[in-house]
Amino acid sequence: MRKKKVAGIFASLMLAAGVMAGCNSSTSGGGDKDGDKGGDILIGANLELSGGVASYGQSIKEGIDLALEEINKEGIDGKKLKLVPFDNKSDAPEAINGATKLISQDKVVAIIGAATSGNTKAQIEIAQSNKVPILTPTGTADDVTFKDGKLNDYVFRTCFIDPFQGTVAANFAAKELKAKTAAIFIDSASDYSKGLAASFKELFTKEGGKIVKEEAYVAKDTDFNAQLTNIKGKNPDFIFIPGYYEEVGLIVKQARELGIAAPMMGADGWDSPKLIELAGKDALNNTFITNHYSSGDNDPKVQEFVKAFKAKYKDKSPDAFNALGYDSAYFIADAIKRAGSTDTEKIQKALAETDGLELVTGKMKLDDKHNPIKSAVILEYKNGEQSFKTKVNP
Amino acid sequence: MFPIPIFRDWEFIPISNGGSAFMEQLIQQLVNGISLGSIYALIALGYTMVYGIVKLINFAHGDVFMVGAFIGFYSITVFHLGFFPALLISMAACAIFGVLIERIAYKPLRNATRIAALITAIGVSLFIEYGTIYIRGAQPEAYPNGIVPLKSIEILGVKISGQSLLILAVSIFLMILLQFIVHKTKIGKAMRAVSHDQDAAKLMGINVNNTISATFAIGSALAGAAGVVFGMYYTKIEPLMGIIPGLKAFVAAVLGGIGILPGAMAGGLLLGVIEALVSAAGFSLWRDGVAFVVLILILIFRPAGLFGKNVREKV
Repeated sequence: MRKKKVAGIFASLMLAAGVMAGCNSSTSGGGDKDGDKGGDILIGANLELSGGVASYGQSIKEGIDLALEEINKEGIDGKKLKLVPFDNKSDAPEAINGATKLISQDKVVAIIGAATSGNTKAQIEIAQSNKVPILTPTGTADDVTFKDGKLNDYVFRTCFIDPFQGTVAANFAAKELKAKTAAIFIDSASDYSKGLAASFKELFTKEGGKIVKEEAYVAKDTDFNAQLTNIKGKNPDFIFIPGYYEEVGLIVKQARELGIAAPMMGADGWDSPKLIELAGKDALNNTFITNHYSSGDNDPKVQEFVKAFKAKYKDKSPDAFNALGYDSAYFIADAIKRAGSTDTEKIQKALAETDGLELVTGKMKLDDKHNPIKSAVILEYKNGEQSFKTKVNP
Repeated sequence: MFPIPIFRDWEFIPISNGGSAFMEQLIQQLVNGISLGSIYALIALGYTMVYGIVKLINFAHGDVFMVGAFIGFYSITVFHLGFFPALLISMAACAIFGVLIERIAYKPLRNATRIAALITAIGVSLFIEYGTIYIRGAQPEAYPNGIVPLKSIEILGVKISGQSLLILAVSIFLMILLQFIVHKTKIGKAMRAVSHDQDAAKLMGINVNNTISATFAIGSALAGAAGVVFGMYYTKIEPLMGIIPGLKAFVAAVLGGIGILPGAMAGGLLLGVIEALVSAAGFSLWRDGVAFVVLILILIFRPAGLFGKNVREKV
């Protein structure tokens, strides 16, 4: 009897595991895996559809879906682009599995993803050795495409890079907000956070400012009171928090509860509706972010995209992740068109030669490190809404 | 645009002011630590009660805490209940959940080796975590703001948020209630008897199975309460949130002396304060590490815990 029960528990565990595994493979679009590429061109999407930064992956996918719908109205040389999504669960080992699966089983011509720099870096080896281009819509760390003097020639990105965001933030703090002292609060487990902090620090000190306190946390922490109390003790004019929304939301909330009134600023990692839920509207007043795009921008290209997006997604206003996902699909489609082939090496070459492609997040030109040169915007949170503050050109 | 601070750096200001600013920060850090510590204490109580009675380290306890946080969250957002009804519902649901875990997973193994029960506990823990992810996904949820409209108060320049006072009040109330149950009620007497000697208790006509279930129910209800309080205070909840607080509470229980109720409370509060002070000293990244160093030190130098007596194990 006892054994039976234990066996029953094990069996149900196994069953649950089986169902979960089944779930994974069914999301990756079964049927048209094999050979028959005559009809469709397969593009992989290795994205954070669940897990800690799920909102990035989901938003990017919405953007890609909209773009592919538009592109497929005409098609490319009579062929349609078809997306093969893979959920990497916001986890680097899973991202590696995803890249391997998409390349070796699904035989995709290119992969869009991952959303974060860390999960993108995890896939570099696989992309390089299989000669399949990967394109991260939002991986902003500078060493994604170029590391230790060596170019990862099969790795591309649609977004600008961290040093640029850190520089824009430092400029804004020193010139616009006239801050003399600043504190930096980083996620010590994140390359993204460290990269931004380094470039912020460099420019802010060059502008005559002083960094009075540097504190750190680890992703998944929930209690930041101790570090914030230390920051409060130094009374900085400005606090730079280059983290991801999941922790930043709590940091901003706890900071305001401790009575820290100074302006706080972050980068595109803050950009999620969850941030407003976590921090609360009032706590977010007097905070700023740098970002890739704003739906409040009056550029006709942007407004056209906002209209199309709202029509498809129940009047939802597109965020930067939606826009970069959308742009990534166009970026790849443009390269496939110019390559005139589904050969991955030719697509790689075409991607690298991109120059002057008009996208929602700005005019795209790649430098020799595969980094796009394009504009950034600064947004301010007012009563839980992002409002467009200014646009900064490189 | 914003007030220019007069003192940027307390090291550079006159001793008297510097001293008070330092004291202010220290008191603030102590308040931070006690808020965190009282959550650890609530979870640690469940660990300690279960260990005291069946000598099992219930590693699924941290996940009951997570389930409690989610039940509270859904009571508040879906059924639009206030904080206290949500707290009670979560405690009741967790009590039932705890009894179910005990009946399904642990009871069949009661006479098995302790290592078998321990491994089962780890299995149950993983099952609850990933079962939750399977049901609702891994994305985090945010407790709505302002469920309890409490203003923060300021004492001697130290800002104490209403919520941390609430945590403290709820924790202290539940601990007193627990002391009362254990020492003044019949079921409490039965629990003490069973923990002392299971077989003798059975001979005295105590229903051992029901007593053990009651222990799991009470311990799990406390974890559920801790879950709701945690959600209120820290806002973010997610399916794997129970792991670290669960382990820390285990450390707290060992620190105080596992199996001893006041020990778990003191251990929890002490651990919270230690963590806050480590962060205050500028080693915030070492915070988790220090908690486990405390565990190792206590196991080396005082294995019975701060409140424990050295009792030789029966052979």
